[in-house]
Amino acid sequence: MAKDTLTPIASILSKSSADIIENWVSLQLANKNRSQAVSDSSLTTSSNEFFKLFQAAAKDGNIENLNTPEWSAVKLMLSDLSVSRARLGSSPSETASFVLSFKQPLFEQLNKDFGNDPSLAKMSWALSVLIDDLALVTTEAFQKTREDIIRRQQKDILEMSTPVIKMWEGIVAVPLIGTLDSARTQIVMENLLQKIVDIGAKIAILDITGVPTVDTQTAQHLIKTVSATRLMGAECIISGIRPQIAQTIVHLGIEIHDIVTRATMEDALREAMARVGWYSYKEADAKDEVR
Amino acid sequence: MLVKSQEDRPICKEDDISIVRSSVKRVVALLNFSLVNQTKIITAASELARNTLEHGKGGHALIQIIDDGTGRIGLRMIFEDTGPGIPDTDRALEDGFTTGNGMGLGLGGARRLMDEFQLESHAGSGTKVSITKWQERL
Ligand SMILES: Nc1ncnc2c1ncn2[C@@H]1O[C@H](COP(=O)(O)OP(=O)(O)OP(=O)(O)O)[C@@H](O)[C@H]1O
Ligand SMILES: [Mg+2]
Repeated sequence: MAKDTLTPIASILSKSSADIIENWVSLQLANKNRSQAVSDSSLTTSSNEFFKLFQAAAKDGNIENLNTPEWSAVKLMLSDLSVSRARLGSSPSETASFVLSFKQPLFEQLNKDFGNDPSLAKMSWALSVLIDDLALVTTEAFQKTREDIIRRQQKDILEMSTPVIKMWEGIVAVPLIGTLDSARTQIVMENLLQKIVDIGAKIAILDITGVPTVDTQTAQHLIKTVSATRLMGAECIISGIRPQIAQTIVHLGIEIHDIVTRATMEDALREAMARVGWYSYKEADAKDEVR
Repeated sequence: MLVKSQEDRPICKEDDISIVRSSVKRVVALLNFSLVNQTKIITAASELARNTLEHGKGGHALIQIIDDGTGRIGLRMIFEDTGPGIPDTDRALEDGFTTGNGMGLGLGGARRLMDEFQLESHAGSGTKVSITKWQERL
């Protein structure tokens, strides 16, 4: 029964394919609100490709369930299209309207051929729902692409905001800025350990001047980073512990006896240079006096 | 005791902890707490918000500006969840006690960082922690 009512669609798609495509493409090209991001020729190509896949998918009469294998090629094509248009800067509604605009030429043809058929309403309804669902595929893919882009940018920002700097022969420093959450700790750790290997660093300075608060989780992250640095055969100095942070750490009850700390980055650098043998404490003091 | 204003924040996912932290940050600046006390309050809030999420399986935080009736202004924060609760609250407050893989310092630390601390919890019936810091008298 279902097959009987739906077969006409398959027949229209094959019999009038040239008319439908031509009609559809010219409708789209005439649309005043069309984005300039998509060229006329790529629009024509996409329309032809979509039509071919749509025709193949509808061939056996299933226009009710999109979750069947025959529709997967159409959905894939639409996701790809949506993704590539998102990269070009098209809006999600523009990509969705590509699919939705297919209704008009299709329905015109249906009307022409089945205008007096009692099953016309039923067919139109089924097709309309189907095309709406396909339009949803494009918006979902678009959204997902946007989220991917945002996630990638967040990761880029994270990496950019945690640079590992070579300060001197054998000394690297990481100025930490912002909240030291698990994701950032992971990146700091990876970058730091790699830099230690690359330049054969003996001392790493972690500067927390830009970290607004240190709670037990932040402290645990710092301690983990210090331990990992030690495993690489280097020592860590934590600098930039502001007075209010020092007091908070003490009240929390966090013990950091075995971690070398200094108030400022300058103090930490002096300590580091003494440790790697660039000059002795005495020389450092003498230099201070000269200044 | 008078509640002069109140904010209600959900704590259901990791991001909510930083949202609670920024809300608290705004209020402590508004109330002109000293820099040290601002840091202590934000840190205590951060600890309890994380406990609400990690141990309490999610809940919410009330951030209140209160008046003790004599015109003294304070900041009160109530962290509430309907999670598994704490069977032995004295034990949970001990430094180093943890059922997870934390340092076991959050609860006791929050108590030391604030002026007032109340913990209500029973096994199986959720947890409510209330902490207060009073404005310094000038
Ligand atoms: N809201 C809560 N619901 C249930 N159990 C809790 C709650 N808050 C704390 N606990 C229990 O009390 C213990 C101690 O909490 P505390 O915050 O001191 O340490 P922690 O969270 O384990 O580690 P951290 O030092 O990172 O805070 C927890 O391990 C947990 O068993
Ligand atoms: Mg805790």
